[in-house]
Order: sequence, then structure tokens, then C-alpha cells
Amino acid sequence: MKTATPARPIDSFLEQEYSAGFETLLEADTLPKGLSEDVIRVISAKKGEPEFLLEWRLEAYRRWLTMTPPKWAAVDFPDIDFQDIVYYSAPKKKDGPKSLDEVDPELLKTFEKLGVPLHERARLAGVAVDAVFDSVSVATTFQKELGEHGIIFCSFSEAVKNHPDLVRQYLGTVVPPSDNFYAALNSAVFSDGSFVFIPKGVKCPMELSTYFRINARDTGQFERTLIIAEEGASVSYLEGCTAPMRDENQLHAAVVELIALDDAKIKYSTVQNWYPGDKDGIGGIYNFVTKRGDCRGARSHISWTQVETGSAITWKYPSVILRGDDSVGDFHSVALSNHRQQADTGTKMIHMGRNTKSTILSKGISAGHGSNTFRGLVRIGPKAEGARNYTQCDSLLIGDRCAAHTFPTIEVRNPSAQVEHEATTSRIGEDQLFYAMQRGLTAEDAVSMIVNGFCREVFKELPMEFAVEAQKLLGVSLEGSIG
Amino acid sequence: MSSIDTWVSEFRARSAQLPGAALPWLAAQRQHAIERFADEGWPTRRHPRWQHTSLAFMEQQEFAPAAQPVDAAAALAALRGDETGHWLVFVGGRFAASLSDIGPLPSGALVLSLAEALESHSEDIEAAFGNAADGDSPAALNTALAADGAFVRLAPGVALDAPLHLVSIAGASEASRHLRHLVVAGSGAQATVVEHYIGGGQSASLTTAVTRIMAEADARITHLKLQQEAEQAIHLASIASVQARGAHFASHSLSFGARLARNDIRTRFDGEGCEALLNGLYHVDGRRHVDHHTCIDHARPLGNSREFYRGLLDGQSRGVFTGRVVVARDAQRSDAMQRCDNLLLSRQAEADARPELEIYADDVKCAHGATVGEIDEDSLFYLQSRGLDEIHARRLLTYAFAAEALERIELMPLRSRARAALLARLPGGELLEELL
Repeated sequence: MKTATPARPIDSFLEQEYSAGFETLLEADTLPKGLSEDVIRVISAKKGEPEFLLEWRLEAYRRWLTMTPPKWAAVDFPDIDFQDIVYYSAPKKKDGPKSLDEVDPELLKTFEKLGVPLHERARLAGVAVDAVFDSVSVATTFQKELGEHGIIFCSFSEAVKNHPDLVRQYLGTVVPPSDNFYAALNSAVFSDGSFVFIPKGVKCPMELSTYFRINARDTGQFERTLIIAEEGASVSYLEGCTAPMRDENQLHAAVVELIALDDAKIKYSTVQNWYPGDKDGIGGIYNFVTKRGDCRGARSHISWTQVETGSAITWKYPSVILRGDDSVGDFHSVALSNHRQQADTGTKMIHMGRNTKSTILSKGISAGHGSNTFRGLVRIGPKAEGARNYTQCDSLLIGDRCAAHTFPTIEVRNPSAQVEHEATTSRIGEDQLFYAMQRGLTAEDAVSMIVNGFCREVFKELPMEFAVEAQKLLGVSLEGSIG
Repeated sequence: MSSIDTWVSEFRARSAQLPGAALPWLAAQRQHAIERFADEGWPTRRHPRWQHTSLAFMEQQEFAPAAQPVDAAAALAALRGDETGHWLVFVGGRFAASLSDIGPLPSGALVLSLAEALESHSEDIEAAFGNAADGDSPAALNTALAADGAFVRLAPGVALDAPLHLVSIAGASEASRHLRHLVVAGSGAQATVVEHYIGGGQSASLTTAVTRIMAEADARITHLKLQQEAEQAIHLASIASVQARGAHFASHSLSFGARLARNDIRTRFDGEGCEALLNGLYHVDGRRHVDHHTCIDHARPLGNSREFYRGLLDGQSRGVFTGRVVVARDAQRSDAMQRCDNLLLSRQAEADARPELEIYADDVKCAHGATVGEIDEDSLFYLQSRGLDEIHARRLLTYAFAAEALERIELMPLRSRARAALLARLPGGELLEELL
């Protein structure tokens, strides 16, 4: 008798390649590498921005020059040479496309390949999409239909042109340019992004979505998203991202600001699948993102859901400031790090108003040599009478060379608050796998099933199409993790 | 003044008179330590391990000797009562032989003051002393200035029959005291060590203490610290233990006194199958501040750790807890559990908790939990429905919350001692005594 060592079918499963890793060859309008006030002036001029925005950018740039990159995260990477990055790259065009038909077919093909519905499919899917390619938005669908409801959904550049007052009123009020190193950099050089404005009392009739694609070599992507929901408005917004496979690292430093007034509700979902680098950690995106929501009004509700499977390094803490009385903040996260990926992610819930509630649900999965860190802050201010927070953060380890860390901070200044935090760490045991396989499942299916079960509570927060995508993505990203 | 320069000049003035000043290794360690302290200064919020406790104010803090004479003998008598055991007493940071009562020790057990031991056992001390790089800058200050403490060495298999009490009483003539206790337990040795900190007058004074415990294979060391210093005291302490295979270490930290108390408690599993219990209870009121910073390093496989901290925060006080659990690569089958619960007793109190897990192995069972809240309304209602008035019900529930920590202290005399210390702190403690 011999004991057969199974040839680890999971290995091949885990080694699956990054499927969004192709490159689109397009003529692009690209600035030379490097950053200076002149580069910022050029970016601003190319976009025909009003004076106030240029001033705002320059001030952010001057602040940025005095700042140093944060070092506290549990991630390890060589220093970034900020002069070795292209800060602006756009697909070449004579005039802006009037409609989708005028968009470069190569570009449309790219998004088609990625499964992003820009055309008729969009109509069927019922999702309005803003597609951002490198630094600029190339197409936004359903603008007219949304316009009938008074909803503004457009690229940030268009918003600056057509709604400068709104931009001026809200830009930087949640994430000020001086907030942190990468936010300051973004404020100085951001080239596009999405802008959403839902007027008073309007429930957005369809899901809004932005699809980000980094294509050009040596570029950094710095987009800025601003979502404003007025009194009683509600919106669900999705975001997806991919990039080609390359040997060098690329920087992505975005800023997202959400503002919810009285009774407004914003649901923000992300499926982040930037190129994670190969299995030895060569290449991949550095994803250094500042996301923050401001529950400015009473009874407002901001909910972050994220599935983070890509990027070589993730540094991201979608947060909620619970300013309005009875406001609610949620954070649901699945973060996976396989091979040499490093993720340092989590959230901040800042309770300021009375009876504010927040829930944090974080699922971290580490595989291979991956490292996954949850870093959170729950702060209950002295006036946050009756505030509640519940935090659950679980880590799943696959393999004995990965790492999982949990660094929550709890600060309570009001005795009527109730704050609870729980964390567990466990692994996919041989016995669990054996059990599932003995019932006829393949090893891949068994791992997939266990992982999906582990993440279920978060996936059920995602809009349906995204939930399906997220599950698939998780399967693919885990390839090569068991061995 | 307590600015860096004052301490450096104090070191210059005192270093030649410190015990063991003639020992080259010790002189070098002290010199490195004061240089490190001068270099780093007092930790501020910018320091990752001091985010919730800044010592920046120390730059301006004046320390002065107690204005009134101190009757150390009376203070000791009140503390000791009729309890037996081995007692080493330190007044003003110096061993007080006349007050101490070491008593008969089993053969193989050595208990000396550090100053004495530096004369007779300097090689043993060199191995156990630690060095200038240990801990944060307050620990470095202690390394430079520590003039006395206890040196305890147990031969393999020796068990101390009764707890060893190390009592620090603030003296009348000094504004600061720096104690260093060293415990070296041979394989299979057993001991219970209790540190008491009492005294200090109306003026601000500083105590730094470093306790180092080395537990060889299968040794069992229980450490209990009862900090009851005066209202104006600043207390900065660290307790570091290293455990060899199968060693068991229990730490109970009860922090009731001082204006600001910081305890760094860490243990490292240097062999397989170690066990650790870190138990803590703190009560602060007024504008006082207490901070426990703990770290359990599962460096080797098959370790088991349990950690429980409870805080009672009244007035405008602030209680800080950081509990770090590290499971090293290949430290498989580690089992770590940690809890921190805080009860806010007033509108202005603040509780900060940072339970941290840092895990590099996969076959582990790790969990932590933290809560902050006030007294449960339902429990309060229940007790009232049983005929207690609200004030008594509140006091009883507060006591019950804290008492869980006391129940983990195994030795009954120590448990009752801890209980008495708690009741003395709680408002209406005498009434509770009747109720219980």
C-alpha cells in the first residue's frame, strides 16, 4: 500500500494568471516624467480648469513638498521616486467624443474585453458607467436618462466645466489636501475621476459605476471621486479597477470623498483588481488610496464594501465621520493577499453625533507569502451619546509563510457608548479539506467553497453582479496558494 | 526639573557612587543607557508604543522630595499586617535591611539586594541585568540610574515556600527612585514574587522600575504587582520575562495609585510548550492616567497564552490598554486568547484599547476581544428588583466587574490582599464589605 500524496490540484488553481493583464496599444497624449509646479499648470491648462482649482492644486503641491511618506503601515517596499512617474497620460483625441460612437474603437474593445458594459449591454445590465482610462474619463453612459432625474453623473473634468460651484463647494471638505502624503499628491495632480450629485429626495434609479484602467507605462493614476447625496437622496455606486501586467511597479493614489446630508444614503462598493505582481512579487500596482465619507446630516448612512484582491501593496482605510445624529456607518471588507502581496487596510469610524452606529466586518485572507493587516480606529467623541460600534475581524491563513495582523484602536470618551471588538485567526485545515474532498469535491472547489463561506457576510452586501464577480475573482486570486 | 539635561547631569553626579560602579560591563551599560535616554528623550505620542500616553510633560515636570518625614516602618507595618513570607523593603530606592525580613530560605535559593549581589555575584548579575537597548527610553533611564533592587536566584527544582514580597516605599529625602529586580529561576523552580509600591507625599515624585524574570525549563513563576503610590507620583515600570521550554509565567498587575502609571509587560516563549497568563486590573479617577502595554511573543511552537485586563475609569481619568500578541513564523499550534474590558463610571472618563495580533504562522488559534461600556441597565434593574437601592446596586456591579480579575489570583492571601486594595479604592468600599 502506498499513501498517495495528491499532486495538489490546488497549486495549478492558485497559479492562475491575471486575466486582465493585457495592454492596449493606443496613441496617447503623455507628459514627460516628473513633477513640478509647471507640470501641475500644464495638467490644469490641458483640462481648461478655472483659476481656483489651479490655485488649490498648487497649494496642495506646496503642502506635499513639506510632507514625508507615511511609514507606519505594515508594508515593505523600496522608496518611490516621485520624479520617475508620468503624472498625465490620456488617449489621444481631437475633440472629446460627443457620444460613445466616437470613442476610439480600440478603447471600447478594451472595456469590452474587461466585461465593462459601455454599449447596449449596459442597457441590459442597467448600470450607468463612467470609464476612466489612465488619467481621463473616456465615456460615461446613461447621462441623459440620469439627467431627467436631476442626477449629475459625469467625469470630474466635466463637472469642473459644467458645475464649478458644486465642485468648489464640496471638493476637499472631507479629505483636505493636507490630510496625508498621498492625498496631498493626489490633490496636486489628479487628472480625472467621477462626480456624482444626487439632488434632494431623489433615489438614483440605477447603479452607478466607474471602471478604472491603468494602461500606459510609467504612469501613475490619480483619480478623484466626489459623491454628494442631498437630503433624502440615495445612491449605490460601484467601482472596479484593472491594469496590464508589467515588471515595474505603478502608483495609484486616489481620493474618494462622500458627503451625505440629512437622511441621505450612499453605498459605495469596490472590487479592486489592480495587477498584483507575479508570484515572486515583481511588478504590480501600489494602491495608496484615501477614502472617506462624511455623514454630515442627521440619519444619513454611508456604507463601504470592498473586495480587495489585486495590487502589490494596498494602503487603504475607507472611513466614515459620523457627524449627524443617528447616522450610520458600515465597513464590509474582504482583502486577499497571495504570493508576495501586502495589504494594510481597515477603517476609521469617528462617532461625533448622538446615537450614531457603526459596524465593521473585515475578512482578511493571507496565502503564499502574502501579508494582510487590518488596521482600524473606532473613536467615540464626548458628545456621541448612545453610540454603538460592533467590530468583527477575522483572518484566514492558507500556508505557513503568510502573515495576518490585526491592529484595532478603540478610543471611547462617552460612557453611554457601547463598543465591542472581536477578532479571530484560523486556517484552512487539512481536515476541513479532507472532509470536503472525501465528499467528492476537488481541492480547488473545496478551498473556494471554504473561502467563499468565510467571506459570505461581506459578499451579501455587494450588488448582485459584483458579488458574482467577486467570488470568481477570489477563486482566481487564490490560485497557487496551497502547496 | 526633569528635562533630559537634568537627568544626564544627575547621572554624571551619581554614577561613580552607584553600586557596582567599578564593574566595567556595568559602567558601560549605564553609560550607553544614559546616552540612549539623552538621545531619545521622553516618549511622546509620535512614538508608536506611546500614542495614548505622552511623557512630553516630563520635560517641564518638577520633582521634589516629600515635604513631611516618612515613617517607613509604620507604612510597612500597615501594609504587611501579620502576613508571613519573605520581605525585602526598599526605602527611597535603597535596600533597607532593618525593615526587611527575608527569613529562612530553602537551600538552593538566594535572595539578596542588588547592591549586595553586585559585590558577591557580579557574574550572575551580568547575565541577567539586561542592557541599554531594552524597552523604551524610561527603561533606559532605569538602566542608567537603578541603584538597588532584589536579586533572586533559584537552583533547579527549588520552590520558594512563601511569596517573596518586594516593597518600595517612597522616602523623605529623594524625588525619584529607580529599582531593578532580577529573578533567575532554574529548571523546575517555583516562586511567587509580589511587588508593592506605596508612599510618596504631596509633591510629585518619580518611580522607575524594571523587573526581569528568566524562567528555565518548566519553571513556574507568578508575579503580582500592586501599585498604590500617592496621587502625585509618576510610575514608569517594565516587567520582562523570558521563558524556556515548558515554563509557566503568570503576571497580575493591579494598578490603583499614581497620577500617571505606565506598565510595560512582556514575555517571550523561548522554548516549546510555554504558558503565560497576563491578568490585570486598573482603577483610576480624578485626572489620573494608567497605561498597560503588554506583549506576548510566541516565538516557539505549542505555546499557550491567556490575557485578561479589566479597567474601571472614573472622574476625568484615562485608561489605556495595548495588548500585542506575536506568533512567529513556524510557531505552529500556538493558542492565544486575549480580552480587555473597560467600564466607564463617569461622563468624562476615557478608555482606549488596542488589542493587536501579529501572526506569521498558520496553524494557530488566536482571538482577541475588547469592550468599552457602562454598567448594564438590565443588571441594575435586576438588582433593584431584588431590593437593593440604585447606589448599592451600582457599587455591587462595579465590584463584580473587577472581581473577575481577582479570582485569577490563585494564592488566597494574595487574593484577599488585592481585594482589600480594590475595596479601599472603590467608593463605598466599606458598605460593599458588608454586602459581600
